[in-house]
Amino acid sequence: MASKTIRVDYIARVEGEGALDLHIRDGRVTRAHLKIFEPPRLFEALLRGRDFAEAPDITARICGICPVAYQMSAVHAMENALGVAVTGPLRALRRLLYCGEWIESHTLHAVMLHAPDFLGYPDAIQMAREHGDAVRRALALKKTGNEILRLLGGREIHPVNVRVGGFYRVPSRAEFARLAEELKRARDLAVATVHWVAKFPFPDFERDYEFVALRHPDEYPFNAGRIVSSRGLDIAADDYSSEFEERHVAHSTALQSVLKRRGSYLVGPMARYNINFDRLPADVQALAREARLAATCRNPFRSIVVRTIEVVYACEEALRIIASFEPPEATAVALEPRAGVGHGCTEAPRGMLYHRYEIAADGSIRNARIVPPTSQNQLSIEEDLCEAASRALDLSDDELRDRCEQVIRNYDPCISCSTHFLKLAVHRT
Amino acid sequence: MTRTTKGKRPERNVLVVGIGNPDRGDDGIGPLVVRQLAGRVSPSITLIERTGDALALIEDWAGRDAVVLVDAAAADTTPGRVHRIDLLQEELLTDLSRASTHALGVADTVGLARTLDLLPASVIVYAIEGANFAPGAALSPKVATAAEEVVARIAAELREMEHEHA
Repeated sequence: MASKTIRVDYIARVEGEGALDLHIRDGRVTRAHLKIFEPPRLFEALLRGRDFAEAPDITARICGICPVAYQMSAVHAMENALGVAVTGPLRALRRLLYCGEWIESHTLHAVMLHAPDFLGYPDAIQMAREHGDAVRRALALKKTGNEILRLLGGREIHPVNVRVGGFYRVPSRAEFARLAEELKRARDLAVATVHWVAKFPFPDFERDYEFVALRHPDEYPFNAGRIVSSRGLDIAADDYSSEFEERHVAHSTALQSVLKRRGSYLVGPMARYNINFDRLPADVQALAREARLAATCRNPFRSIVVRTIEVVYACEEALRIIASFEPPEATAVALEPRAGVGHGCTEAPRGMLYHRYEIAADGSIRNARIVPPTSQNQLSIEEDLCEAASRALDLSDDELRDRCEQVIRNYDPCISCSTHFLKLAVHRT
Repeated sequence: MTRTTKGKRPERNVLVVGIGNPDRGDDGIGPLVVRQLAGRVSPSITLIERTGDALALIEDWAGRDAVVLVDAAAADTTPGRVHRIDLLQEELLTDLSRASTHALGVADTVGLARTLDLLPASVIVYAIEGANFAPGAALSPKVATAAEEVVARIAAELREMEHEHA
């Protein structure tokens, strides 16, 4: 008997198209492949020849869930190439915009897509029958995230107000004051969401990951910081290529990113939290402890708790930014095109997002490279699947399939972004 | 906005949403229908277009008395065929409108709103079977013809709604 294959041909509740192939021989998992078959997007080639100022609007189109991340990594990389630093109120407003995206994206994933796994429902609609309050809270939280994007980004999806150097329009104090009232309510809803997810049953599962995230001297990271890992990596974004490389694997249209010297690594909320716990405000740290999260979390199933903690942080940070808002003298810093190479690394909801651009003297883009978080996490996802499936071989194929899908959703993978993903097959032989 | 005219009851707060991406062939029929309804229906009726996140529909229809959704559907058998679904009486088939694996689709959103008691008193869905959803494609001929039919049917339905209410 000994050989068996379990296949999920289309993984639900993740963004994009992918599948999972699990091979089991003599009671051992011999292969777990995350097959990404979403066609390549070719954005990097599309950017060649375009003006540097177009990069934030073009790359925002890579993802409807995390367009801000693409805009932020793009503007930082361009400013890096042009030798310009955006500081003061404009820098703070970029963090505020990112708060909106984290609130919206994390809430959608944690409550609407991931929570049903833990509570045994097929989807959020079935879950809502018995957990209506939690779902209503999520809808209200998501609305607040959208509101930030609408006000500061110009619209909720694919915002249009971000430019290299700053913004096109900066909202008034009165507009921000109205947003702050909504954010105060959202903060309470976010805390209630943390308490709700903290009570979920979590499988006893830990792995020894190398966590990679940005680290800033005094901020929980959105836009700035050095690339730091739990095993001693500490580099500037400029040195990304010397430490990381992308590899093509036959079963995926997305490149798999590895640390050249060590292999797989993990980016995203859990990595960010572990590397930057000391950068969270004391009340958020206390909330994490109440939610039974240690300062370091190695259980990927608990990433849902980390996401909700980050939503609380994003609400508080947004409120702090609005409270200290001083209108900037200009909506953007003046820029002169020049030939150069620029690197930008920011923290998308799903993890670190790296952009590199080479621009010509006239400001046209000669080369572009974009490394999204899901490409970076692919190998870790496959390793998690191997480990989780090995421990769950006594389950029926259907139960094993569900468990594997849950493992994948721990990562909130964005397959559409990564194809530059899901069906699940288990092969038992 | 609700306007009150002397001697008349307040107008019903009605919303029409055209759902779809105009740059994806027949998926653009929802927005097209809404654009063609402008000027042909009472100015008190709100007309909006939506792409992407269907969950935001719950915010869009909050506080409305009635909502009409116009959306393309994956072709069952007959491109251009129009389905009129009254959600008070029928469920929306998930596979008729599911477009994304990540964001919730229109049917999911309607299901969720129904469970949470967040649906307006009247929800009518016009689903038009599409043939071609390729990026950059124009509406296919049968779907373009169906658009004219849907505009006329919705305009008539909205007039009737007003008439019943007056």
